[in-house]
Amino acid sequence: MKFWIGAAVAMALAIAIAGFVNYEYFFFAGYTVLMFVVLATAWNILGGYAGYVNFGTPAFFGLGAYTAALLYKTYAAPLALQILAAAGMAGLLGCATGLLTLRLRGIFFAIATIALVVMMETVFVAWRYAGGATGLQLLRPAPTAPFESYIKMLFVLMAAMAVASVVIARYIERSWIGRGLRAIRDSEQAAEASGVPTLKLKVFACTVCGALMGAAGAPMPMYLSFIEPFSTFNLNYAIGALASPMIGGTATWLGPVIGAVVLSTLQQVVTVTVSNETNVLVVGVLLVVFIVAAPEGILGLFRKLKR
Amino acid sequence: MGIPVELLFEAVLFGILLGGFYAAVSAGLSVSFGLLDVPHVAHPAIMVFGSYCTWGLVRAGLDPIVAGLLLMPPFFLLGMAVYRFYYETFEKRGAEAGVRGIAFFFGVALIIEVGLILGFGVDQRIVEASYIGKSLSIGGDLRVPLRTLVVFCVAVLITVVLTLYMSKTFTGRAIKAVAQDEPALRLMGVNPVRIKQWAFGIATAIAALGGALLIIIGPVEPAMDRAYIGRTFAVVVLAGLGSMTGTVAAGMILGISESVVLMHPGLGASWAPAVSFALLLLVLGVRPQGLFGR
Repeated sequence: MKFWIGAAVAMALAIAIAGFVNYEYFFFAGYTVLMFVVLATAWNILGGYAGYVNFGTPAFFGLGAYTAALLYKTYAAPLALQILAAAGMAGLLGCATGLLTLRLRGIFFAIATIALVVMMETVFVAWRYAGGATGLQLLRPAPTAPFESYIKMLFVLMAAMAVASVVIARYIERSWIGRGLRAIRDSEQAAEASGVPTLKLKVFACTVCGALMGAAGAPMPMYLSFIEPFSTFNLNYAIGALASPMIGGTATWLGPVIGAVVLSTLQQVVTVTVSNETNVLVVGVLLVVFIVAAPEGILGLFRKLKR
Repeated sequence: MGIPVELLFEAVLFGILLGGFYAAVSAGLSVSFGLLDVPHVAHPAIMVFGSYCTWGLVRAGLDPIVAGLLLMPPFFLLGMAVYRFYYETFEKRGAEAGVRGIAFFFGVALIIEVGLILGFGVDQRIVEASYIGKSLSIGGDLRVPLRTLVVFCVAVLITVVLTLYMSKTFTGRAIKAVAQDEPALRLMGVNPVRIKQWAFGIATAIAALGGALLIIIGPVEPAMDRAYIGRTFAVVVLAGLGSMTGTVAAGMILGISESVVLMHPGLGASWAPAVSFALLLLVLGVRPQGLFGR
């Protein structure tokens, strides 16, 4: 019950902010933070619960972004449809990735997901209709009724997606699926031997993870009014999606949310006040420090303090 | 789809030269990941770091290969320190080391990369040497850049020395033994951690020399390690983890396929980066134990 009230409050807060704040940059930054909440939550379903390290965030995210951009370019499809299609395409890619786990574990799976990113980038660089290496310029349509600016609409939309992804992650975590995934993380052989349908669960986790990442990428072309392969398939998304749960804590749905909010807010501040390179350095240093010194993340630290 | 015969010949020739280079830059990873099972995603980043150190030494008036050789002892110590740290924080504790170990090395690679950007900027760096910029004619109008020949020779030397070291010396055999059966080694009264630490030091030292070769063969920039993650892991996995003969063969296969794709009129440069990853996915899917796998 507490969770649902919290979710409703978060959503109401986002709408209220959109109604009262009139500072455009806030929404630009806020959108990015919320996007990383979705990416980190999605990453954690596979990485945190099942223990499969996925560096492929940019592949799913970028496929979602390109699906949306191409739908808009070709059919001028509405945003909702773009997001659904993006989630569908990225979910399919996730399903295929899930089948890879049949043979690949640990570092091999991680490297294979990097491979996925490079392959996707190569395809979209070579694809003329999708803009090739130079990219596609997209003209934003007018914002839909209650919103007076497009960026506010995207902000509220991303807030809704963040809440939805947390709800999905929490459901998975608490159901038998989550228990199965955790069994896989602890010992895949033992899980298989005790009757956990490991492959089915892994494919499911990969599909959900991919679909959520694709959905998070779908509004990106509209957010930038532009899409281009090198920044879309940039490994920096993978770093953010992986570092947030590691910093927040991978055991529960709350960890990635805290991690993403802390990390992306910090990144926004550092990018504005210092430089873009320093911001990546901050992520790297925080990631390593947390992995080494606080393996259970911020949540783990809190739990220790309480005791 | 056609590719003219003389162009194909040229592509294969360049591929072989390139392949030797790929084998050399992967040799270190073949020890650290292939034999020791350390998910060393930061290997290419350490190599790029080696390139920048070489660049600094060349500016001080040294030959790049001499610089690379000089860098080996300090990198050896660095590698030992890195392994010790990795062992104490992850391997010793056992459980869940997988996810965290991979993320740890990923973070280290990121720090090295951004550190280089902050220190030297994103510009490409090149070095000067007597053999850079010249080319050698080998019959007809086929010319080979001298630098690729020099790099190829050094690369062959690295792999030969490493192979001999692994099979002839006591420590080399111990490294192979620790990869095969660690508990047995412990029963023999050998400390596996010290052997692994030594091996990781060697792997890192080779990475330094690989970095020197990297900057000889072409300009280097900080984010270059990302492309080499695919190449080096593709070579090591294709080789069959830890096999030195395999590393050379796999390097050649990757070099030739990249070079053919590069010179192919229908594909060209934009498809070349995907070759290593496609090869990697193919091997992982079809024959995970590699060509010369145990």
